[in-house]
Amino acid sequence: MKAVLSGKRKKAKTDATKEIWSLRLYVAGQTPKSIAAFANLKKICEEHLAGKYKIEVIDLLKNPQLAKGHQIVAIPTLVRELPEPLKKIIGDLANTERVLVGLDIRSV
Amino acid sequence: MVKKKHDAVVLEKCPTGIKGLDEITKGGLPRGRPTLICGSAGCGKTLFSMEFIMRGAMDYKEPGVFMTFEETPEDLAKNFISLGFDLHNMISRGLIATDHVKIERSEVEETGEYDLEGLFIRLGSAIDSIGAKRVVLDTIEALFSGLSNTAIIRAELRRLFHWLKERGVTAIVTGESGDKLLTRYGLEEYVADCVIFLDFRIEEQISTRRLRIVKYRGSSHGADEYPFLIDESGLSILPITSLGLDYPVSTERIATGIPKLDAMFEGKGFYRGSTILVSGTAGTGKTSMSATFADAACRRGERCLYFAFEESPNQIIRNMKSIGIDLTRWVKKGLLKFHSARPSLYGLEMHLVTFHKVIDEFKPQVFVVDPISNLSAAGTAAEVKSILTRLIDHLKMKKITTFLTDLTHFTGSLEHTSEEISSLIDTWLLLRDIELNGERNRGLYILKSRGMAHSNQIQEFLLTNRGIDLIDIYTGSGEVLTGSARAAQEAGEKASDLVRRREAESRLREQERKRNALETKIAALRAEFDVETAETHLVAKEEQKRQAVLAEDRLDMAQLRMGKRSALQAKRLKKKRERRVR
Repeated sequence: MKAVLSGKRKKAKTDATKEIWSLRLYVAGQTPKSIAAFANLKKICEEHLAGKYKIEVIDLLKNPQLAKGHQIVAIPTLVRELPEPLKKIIGDLANTERVLVGLDIRSV
Repeated sequence: MVKKKHDAVVLEKCPTGIKGLDEITKGGLPRGRPTLICGSAGCGKTLFSMEFIMRGAMDYKEPGVFMTFEETPEDLAKNFISLGFDLHNMISRGLIATDHVKIERSEVEETGEYDLEGLFIRLGSAIDSIGAKRVVLDTIEALFSGLSNTAIIRAELRRLFHWLKERGVTAIVTGESGDKLLTRYGLEEYVADCVIFLDFRIEEQISTRRLRIVKYRGSSHGADEYPFLIDESGLSILPITSLGLDYPVSTERIATGIPKLDAMFEGKGFYRGSTILVSGTAGTGKTSMSATFADAACRRGERCLYFAFEESPNQIIRNMKSIGIDLTRWVKKGLLKFHSARPSLYGLEMHLVTFHKVIDEFKPQVFVVDPISNLSAAGTAAEVKSILTRLIDHLKMKKITTFLTDLTHFTGSLEHTSEEISSLIDTWLLLRDIELNGERNRGLYILKSRGMAHSNQIQEFLLTNRGIDLIDIYTGSGEVLTGSARAAQEAGEKASDLVRRREAESRLREQERKRNALETKIAALRAEFDVETAETHLVAKEEQKRQAVLAEDRLDMAQLRMGKRSALQAKRLKKKRERRVR
């Protein structure tokens, strides 16, 4: 699985006009659900946030301690780190409508 | 954990360290399996779980993971402090790991399929980080309120419990009690091995906590509802010793403190380790008897614990001085310990715990409760009986002689304790009023005394300034008399007795006098007779003489008739006569 790593952990000092969407996807190994979730997410982002998003995939099997720090219970979990406020979406993201609502993405 | 074929392997148990629980469960919770603790809010589920983890870490070298779904780590630490445990210290020593799982439904959007692998990973990593043997999930039900897809949750829970078993950790899962099911979300469906139900009830404004083992697969266990309490040292489930009737018995006898009462028991008193009940109406001298017994125990150098439910220690000491019993010296010597409390101060369980605690601390040989009837103010009759049964069993186990007093009421039978504990009692003394002739006196008798011959007499019970005394009741002339009636009757009897004795004496004297008189008479008659005899003899002699003289005279006359008489002859005759006269 490819992971797009981002150095910007904290709130980046970016222009309000050029908002970067920082997304994290928590998975546990390459399960069908995780792969489906990543594919669905990628598709939605490309459609709605082309050019202004970052996806970080965190495999909890490799970094189990991160689950505690980020309050992850369900797998897969998508976390919108930026823009604030923090949002969480769980599931394989198959329902695009709900993902858009959950991420609060206004259709452009 | 290793369960091979069938019953060959006995279920291994994991001691909880919770006072009393390990006895009821015969060793603890099933090792390597999950146990469900359910109950309503505030019943002590979290505390139970915390103590399980803490005792495991402290006493059994079994590190534990506490996963909380409700309370924040700060709240958790505070809760632990209330039990006297420093959670932060335990965490830094690597004995306990905590994890706060927070699921906010409002923050989470659900889209499509998911699982709870995140939870497994967190739990797994926490277990691995300290090598935990124990796990608490408090309360996993929060998942149901945090997530909407219950089908997924249920499937994942099933998987979780399997996983816990595979990991070989002894787990506690807590759950809120539900309406029809044991828990609101039917957790008992997943945890099939051991289910413990905690109950919290308030009856007549006094709260009682109870614990019941609903099921324990593969093990026998106590099936009752056990009262328990939560205090500064955690949970105590009480008491456990009532499970068997196999306590040791003693043939040693100990004095009652009242010699005459000892005499009623073959002259030896009570058995050591037996249970003695003194029941009676108000003011019959129960406390005085208790104090006398306590005093006797201290005189033997034994330790006596005195639970007073009616009076303060100082009042008892003062009052007992009036009957010549000085308890102060025993208190000073440390042989006598008073413990006073109002029965309504706290619930029965708390009383029982206090009993246990103080008994374990003081280690008495003699234990006095004055009176037990007051305990009924703190609970129902059945509860009091249950408490007393357990208490008495505990005391018997420790060979402590127990002296209980019971206040019976004027209505109803005297041979009826308000707590209906007569079957628990070995020796039962009854103090009663005897009302007669405008007086009220105290009577004592032995209703029963197991394993010894005992007097069947009613004794009058006197409180004197030199202690308690027993007096045989007056039973002559077909009536029973006590007090001044007895005294009067006795005095009257004494008087008439005296009169009769005088009469007899004077008769004897009369007889003696008569005999004397008779003897005097006999003597007089004999004297008279003697005199007569003497006279008769005299007369006879005279007569003889006269006859002799007559004969001589006749001879003389004959000679004279014959003629002269020689001078010599005459001389001889003259001499003869003279001799005769002499």
